[in-house]
Amino acid sequence: MVPTNYYLILSAILFGLGIVGFVFKRNIITLFMAIELMLNAVNLAFVAFSQSLGKPDGEVFVLFVIVVAAAEAAVGLGIIILTARNRRSLNVERVDLLKL
Amino acid sequence: MPTHEHLRLILEYLWIIPLLPLLGSAVNGLLGAKWPNKFVTGVALGSTGLSFACALEAVREFFADGQASFRKEFFDWIIAGNFRAGFDLQLDQLTVVMVLVVTGVGFLIHIYATGYMAHEGGYYRFFSYLNLFMFFMLILVLAANFVLLFVGWEGVGLCSYLLIGFYFLKKSAADAGKKAFIVNRIGDFGFMLGMFLLFRAFGSLDFQTVFAKAATWQPDAMGQFGTLTIACLLLFMGATGKSAQLPLYVWLPDAMEGPTPVSALIHAATMVTAGVYVVARSHVLFTHAPTAMYVVAIVGCATAIFAATIGMVQPDIKKVLAYSTVSQLGYMFLACGVGAFGAGIFHLMTHSFFKALLFLSAGSVIHAMGGEQDMWHMGGLASKIKVTFVCMLFGTIAITGFAPFAGFFSKDAILFAAYQSENSGKALYGIGLLAAIFTSFYMFRLVWLTFGGEKRYDEHHVHVHESPGSMTVPLMILALLSLVGGWFAAPALGNGPNYFADFLAPVFGNAEAPSSHTHSLELTLSIVAVLAAALGLIVAWRMYSGKVSRGTSTGLHKILYNKYYVDELYQATIVGPLVWLSRNIFWKVVDVGMIDGSVDGIAHGTEAVGDTVRHTQSGNVRSYAVWVIIGAIVILAIIFWPLWRPAFFVATSGGVR
Repeated sequence: MVPTNYYLILSAILFGLGIVGFVFKRNIITLFMAIELMLNAVNLAFVAFSQSLGKPDGEVFVLFVIVVAAAEAAVGLGIIILTARNRRSLNVERVDLLKL
Repeated sequence: MPTHEHLRLILEYLWIIPLLPLLGSAVNGLLGAKWPNKFVTGVALGSTGLSFACALEAVREFFADGQASFRKEFFDWIIAGNFRAGFDLQLDQLTVVMVLVVTGVGFLIHIYATGYMAHEGGYYRFFSYLNLFMFFMLILVLAANFVLLFVGWEGVGLCSYLLIGFYFLKKSAADAGKKAFIVNRIGDFGFMLGMFLLFRAFGSLDFQTVFAKAATWQPDAMGQFGTLTIACLLLFMGATGKSAQLPLYVWLPDAMEGPTPVSALIHAATMVTAGVYVVARSHVLFTHAPTAMYVVAIVGCATAIFAATIGMVQPDIKKVLAYSTVSQLGYMFLACGVGAFGAGIFHLMTHSFFKALLFLSAGSVIHAMGGEQDMWHMGGLASKIKVTFVCMLFGTIAITGFAPFAGFFSKDAILFAAYQSENSGKALYGIGLLAAIFTSFYMFRLVWLTFGGEKRYDEHHVHVHESPGSMTVPLMILALLSLVGGWFAAPALGNGPNYFADFLAPVFGNAEAPSSHTHSLELTLSIVAVLAAALGLIVAWRMYSGKVSRGTSTGLHKILYNKYYVDELYQATIVGPLVWLSRNIFWKVVDVGMIDGSVDGIAHGTEAVGDTVRHTQSGNVRSYAVWVIIGAIVILAIIFWPLWRPAFFVATSGGVR
């Protein structure tokens, strides 16, 4: 059986990649994917702990996260489409109307 | 007793006496604005009349109970630790006198006011205030502890303010109201300190407890300033404010800016006597503090002569009566100061009759003259307004102390008690007698200037007319009371009992000096007092009965005419410096510099910080994410601090666990 540590390390790597992608990329869609990556890294940690502790709590949480992520994807993609239509661009640095 | 329950119909519900005027005030104040005057009149007269009827019934039950002092705790008001101030009312002999005076005279003045105020604006407002005053005054005299008494005390002060400034569009009236309120605050400050001191000494502010404990105390010696002496002096300070004694009397003459019924009810018959009532009510404390008693006597005596001298030269009919009131209140305090509390309360009662009568008569004169108050513009009114003239004459004879009118008996009792006092009694008596001469002089001067001689007004402009029945009937009743009000004490002159003093004896106990074997002395002093009044009458007759003119004011007359320049003195020594201090220090330095400065400084500081920090709000989503991540790292570092601390301190190269 694969040790829990391996799952956690993989989860940490994926989460780190998500952060790096979110901070350094400019394309909104890439940012969006980076967020999804972080969410799924957390999901992985959840199921790993669930497996290791023998309790179903983690798996329940994961289901919730998936539901929320799906909802978020629906809203997020809507925003992205509108942004793309209005700005003719997907560069996140140009979405800064709220700046002082 | 099977009939016991039936006996105490009102007594068990004593609160109904003050409640009725309060209801009247609320109804008129809230709804009266849109009502015709006769509805307002009905509510105002109904509430006070019913209150008077209830008071009469309560007194009847009081007598039916064998004059047992009645006291009932209706509900707890303030409870803090072992301190309790309740809505406790009491009815004893002293309260009986006060309640009957307040409701009875108050009711008569209400009737009079319906005529006097008939053509004035704010009719409903006037009666709402007047009823409210009745409520607070009744609370004041019915209260069974100092705290509740203070509620009434402050309440009547408020109503006094509202009614003095009734014509609030007139600056002098608004100023007079403020002056009355502020001068009273000075006295009330002392009164409150006195209450605090009493609470500290006795652990209670309930009359029963305080007086019972105080009675067991060793009295202070003359010249010794123990707790009781200081407490009494502080209470008396409150009394000097409310009852217009030296040095706080200055507000009362100005208070004449209010409508005349107000002057009669509040500033002559009832409210200003509250100080006398408090001193009499606290007689147990005062008799244990001879120094305080002496101060009361001296202040009373000094005020009596001081105000009487000013009253002799004033041109305004109401001002004369105002100074007369101050002077007569001085007599009451003189009585209390020499231990004759019963005589003080007796004079309080008779004074409320004849001074209310004098003020209402003066109001009737002013009404007849179409608002003129200057006596130099009157004269020869006797034949035109006969009823008012006769009533005014009754009041004048009563106040100057001719037998058998009310003032004769009460003033005589005071002067007699002063004469017998051990502490410079002869001097007090002498000054009191001199003040009596002055009283007689200024009152007959008023009568002659107003009613006698030839007319000094323009008949084409002033249409002199007698007042309506609603005004003259109360005048006649008060005139009758001014005649018979003192007869309780009449048998005392012929070696008989003094019914009034005997009635109050259960309250004042041994405080009343026993007057045995001194009847011949009392009779002699009475004759001297009447002769003194006659002297004042003759001088006034010689000076003012013929053709008179205002003349020019010089020398002593000018000083008196300008009221000893006391207002100017206060202006220069207290008000002026206070205004300067307020303007130049408190306003320009403290308020503008420090308070506004600190508030503005905080605002400017916040603005500057915001100006700097706002650059972190770049609007760039990913920069926010970086802050989130930095925050997360910091939080994690803090959470896991216990885990990596050893590595931090030991600083080994193999930090991985």
